[in-house]
Amino acid sequence: MAEKFKVLYYVNQFFGQIGGEDKAGMEPMYKEETVGPAMGFNSSLKGEGEVIGTLICGDNYFNENKEEALEYILKVIKDNNPDIVVTGPAFNAGRYGMACAEIAKAVVKELNIPVVSGMYIENPGLDVCKDIAIVAETSDSAAGMRKALPVMANLVRKIAKGEELGLPEEEGYIPQGKRLTVFAEKRGSQRAVEMLLARLNDEEFQTELPMPVFDTVDPAPAIKDLSKATIALVTSGGMVPLGNPDRIQSASAQKWGKYDVSGRDALTGEYCTIHGGFDPVYANELPDRVAPLDILKELEKEGYIGKAFEYFYTTTGTGTSVGNSVKFGTEIGKELKEAGVDGVILTST
Amino acid sequence: MVKEIERYGIPIVHMATITTISESVGANRIVPTIAIPHPVGNPDLPADEELELRRRMVRKALDALGTEVKEPTQFE
Amino acid sequence: MKLELRRIHIKDIQFGKTTKVKDGVLTVNKEELINKLKDDERIKDIKVDVARPGEKVRIIPVKDVIEPRVKIEGSGNGFPGVSTKMAQLGEGKVNILYGAAIVTVGDIVGFQEGVIDMWGEGAKWTPFSKTYNLVLDITPVEGLDPHSHEATVRLAGLKAAEFVGKAGRNVEPNEVLTYEIGSHAEETKKYPNLPKVLYVEMLISQGLLHDGYIYGVNSQKILPTLLHPNEELDGAVISGNCVAACDKITTYQHQNNSVILDLYAQHGKTLNFMGVILAPELTTLEGKFRTCDYTAKLCKMIGVDGVIISEEGYGNPDSDLLMICKRLENAGIKTVLITDECSGRDGKSQPLADTAKEAVAVVSGGNVSHVVTLPPADKVIGNAEAIATLAGGWDGALLEDGTLMCELNAVIGATSEIGYHYCTAKLY
Repeated sequence: MAEKFKVLYYVNQFFGQIGGEDKAGMEPMYKEETVGPAMGFNSSLKGEGEVIGTLICGDNYFNENKEEALEYILKVIKDNNPDIVVTGPAFNAGRYGMACAEIAKAVVKELNIPVVSGMYIENPGLDVCKDIAIVAETSDSAAGMRKALPVMANLVRKIAKGEELGLPEEEGYIPQGKRLTVFAEKRGSQRAVEMLLARLNDEEFQTELPMPVFDTVDPAPAIKDLSKATIALVTSGGMVPLGNPDRIQSASAQKWGKYDVSGRDALTGEYCTIHGGFDPVYANELPDRVAPLDILKELEKEGYIGKAFEYFYTTTGTGTSVGNSVKFGTEIGKELKEAGVDGVILTST
Repeated sequence: MVKEIERYGIPIVHMATITTISESVGANRIVPTIAIPHPVGNPDLPADEELELRRRMVRKALDALGTEVKEPTQFE
Repeated sequence: MKLELRRIHIKDIQFGKTTKVKDGVLTVNKEELINKLKDDERIKDIKVDVARPGEKVRIIPVKDVIEPRVKIEGSGNGFPGVSTKMAQLGEGKVNILYGAAIVTVGDIVGFQEGVIDMWGEGAKWTPFSKTYNLVLDITPVEGLDPHSHEATVRLAGLKAAEFVGKAGRNVEPNEVLTYEIGSHAEETKKYPNLPKVLYVEMLISQGLLHDGYIYGVNSQKILPTLLHPNEELDGAVISGNCVAACDKITTYQHQNNSVILDLYAQHGKTLNFMGVILAPELTTLEGKFRTCDYTAKLCKMIGVDGVIISEEGYGNPDSDLLMICKRLENAGIKTVLITDECSGRDGKSQPLADTAKEAVAVVSGGNVSHVVTLPPADKVIGNAEAIATLAGGWDGALLEDGTLMCELNAVIGATSEIGYHYCTAKLY
C-alpha cells in the first residue's frame, strides 16, 4: 500500500478548544495531535492520509501580529514538511477567515505546498486566497461542520494524490475564477438549439457564459490650464515603428511598446500598424489617423497645450485579455505619473 | 488600460468608435471617433477637410481633459 | 424551397491522370488543376498537396476551407456572383464530395491565417483534421495590392472546389439529405402551434481580410438581409476574411452551417424554422446601431418567438451581439447567443469586451487565448515560420524541434461561434 500523505491542520483558539473570545489574543502553538475539526477530518481521510499535527492561533493575535504569527506558522509547516495544509473551515467568521486565507496564501507562495480551506461564500478571507488555494464552500455557521469536513477531505485527498479536480459545483469548492476551455459532448450549435427550446418551453436552462462585470474608477480631476499641460498619447491600435522592433503581437498582446517621438512632427513615415483586428490600409497610409501625434504637435506649437509628452505608448487591443490591459495600464500609468504627465489621450481602433 | 491610468489620478480621454463598449467598461471621458480602422481620420474626405476634422477631434479630446466630470461622459 | 444534398463519401485523395471519383477515392489530375487556376494572371505559382486524417502533417497558414461540390439539378453551379454567373440558389440537387475539402494556404498581407494539424493533440482542436484535404499553396505575382492579393487567393479556392467537385457529377451518392421549407404562410399553417425561430448570423464586415460575401456582395455594403436557409447551404455565402482563425466562418462552414443544420433537424418537430438573417458587423457606431435596429425589426416583422444569434470574431462585434440581444429581449423575443471568450491565457479576465444583463442564455465556444502545445510534424505544408506573425502566435512560438505553442486563436475553427466544434469554457 502506498505511503499515507501528511496533512497539517490550522484552527483558531475556539476550534482549537483553548477558549472563546477571551483567548483570541493567544500566540500560535503547535500540537502533534488532531485537535477539534482535525479529528473529524482525519477520519474522513479513510486511512489514505493522516493529520500529523494541529496549529492553533488566536484570531486577534493573528490579525494584529500577522508577521510574527506567519513567521512561526510557516516555520512549523516547513519543519514538518506536510504534503498539504488545511485551514479552517472558517464558515462566516471574518477574522478566522482572514487568518485561514493569509496562511493559505503564504504557504502556497512561499513553501509551494497546496492548501485547502473552507469558507462561507461571503467570508472576507475568500478574495484573499481563492485564486491560489482551493476553498470548499461551507454554510455560514459551525453547524455545517459535519457537511464541510468530508468535502474538504475529498478535495485534500485528490490534490495530495495528484488527481485532477472536477468542476467546482461537482467537487464542492468555490470557483477560483479561471475560465478553462474544455470539450463538450455536443457541438455548440446543438447546445444553442437545446437552450433555445428550453427557453421557449419555459424549462430550466443554464448559460455557459455569465455576463462579465466591469469595475469603475472615479474620474480624475480636470486639467486646470491646458496651455501648461503635458499630454501623452497612448494607443491600442498597434502602431509601431516599421519592422516592429519589440515584436508586439498582432492579437492577444502580451506587452506594450514605448517610443521616443520628441523629435518627430508626426507618426506618418516611420510607423505602421500590426493590429490584426482591422483593415490596416487606411492606418498605414496615414498612421496619425490612429494616433494623432501630428495634431498634438501642432497644438503644442500653437500653445494650445504645454507639451506633447516625449514618449508615445502603444499596444494591440484585439483579443487582448482584460487582465493584460490592466497590467499594461498600470505599468504605463506609473511611468506617466512619475514623469509628471498631466493628461492622456488614448485612442482605440 | 483607460481605468488603470486614471487610477493614478491622471485625467484620460478615450477616443473610441464603439463608445458603447467604452461606457460598459467604465471610461469617464469619451470622445466618439470615425471608424475602427481610422478612428481619428476619414480617408473619404479631401485632404484639407480631413485635416480640419482631425484638428477638431483632438481639440475636443483636450477640452474633455479640461472639463470636470462626475460620471462617464461623452463629448460629442 | 427544396434542396437535396447528396453525399458521396470520400475515403481518400490521390493524384492521377484524370480527375474522378471511384469507390470513394477522389483522384485529382494535379497539372490540369494547376493550369485551370493559372488562367488567373495574378497567380504566379501553385503547389498542390494532400493531407489525410491521422498523418503527421501540419498545414499553415490556412486562409480558407471549401467543400467540393457540383450542382446536378437546379440553377446556379458553384458560387454565383463570385466565381460563376448569378443565379437563384437553394433548390435542386447537389452532389457533394463529402469528407473532402479544399484548403488554401499562402502568406496574405494579414496576420490571421491559421493552423490545421491532421493528427494527435492538434487534431482534436480543429474540425478540419477529419477531412481529406487537398491543399493549394498559392503564390501570387509580385506587386499585387493587398485587396487583389486576397481576392486572388479567395477565387482560386472557390474555383478549385468547383473543378474538383465536378468529379462527383455522375457518381451515385452514399446518402441523400433533403432540406425543404416552404413559405412562411405554408409552414405556419402546417405547424400552427410550434414556436417560430429565426437564426441571425453575424458576419465580420470590416474591410480587407475581414469581409463576408453574399452572392458576391460584400457584406459591408448591405442592410441585414433575410435568406432561405437552403441558399446558404447551397453556396450563397462565402468567406473573404481571415479574422482570428479560431472563430472565423470558413466557406466550408457556411456550406455546412451547423446552426442551420441543427435548426433544420428540429423543424416541424419542436420549432418552425423561419430563415436566416445575415447581419454585418460594421466599423462605425452609426453602422452598428443601424444594423442592430434593422435586425431586430426583421425579427419582429416576421413575428418570431425565439432567435439564435451567432457572432463572428471578437472584440468590437461583442457589442453588436449584445445590442441585437437587448433589442430582441426587450421586444419579448427569447434569444440564445453563441460567442467565444477572450479570458486571457490564464482564463482569469472578463470574457467579453462588453456586457448586457439581457444576455441570459449564452453558448461559449471556448477561450481564444487557451494555449496549446502541438508536437512537431513530419511534414509541414505551407510555411511553419508563419506562426510568428499570425494571430494567436508569437515570435518564438515555433520551438527548434518543430513543436508549436500557440493560442487557440491560431487554430482553424477551434472556438467556432456558429457552434461547429465542441469546445466550451467552464469556470474553475
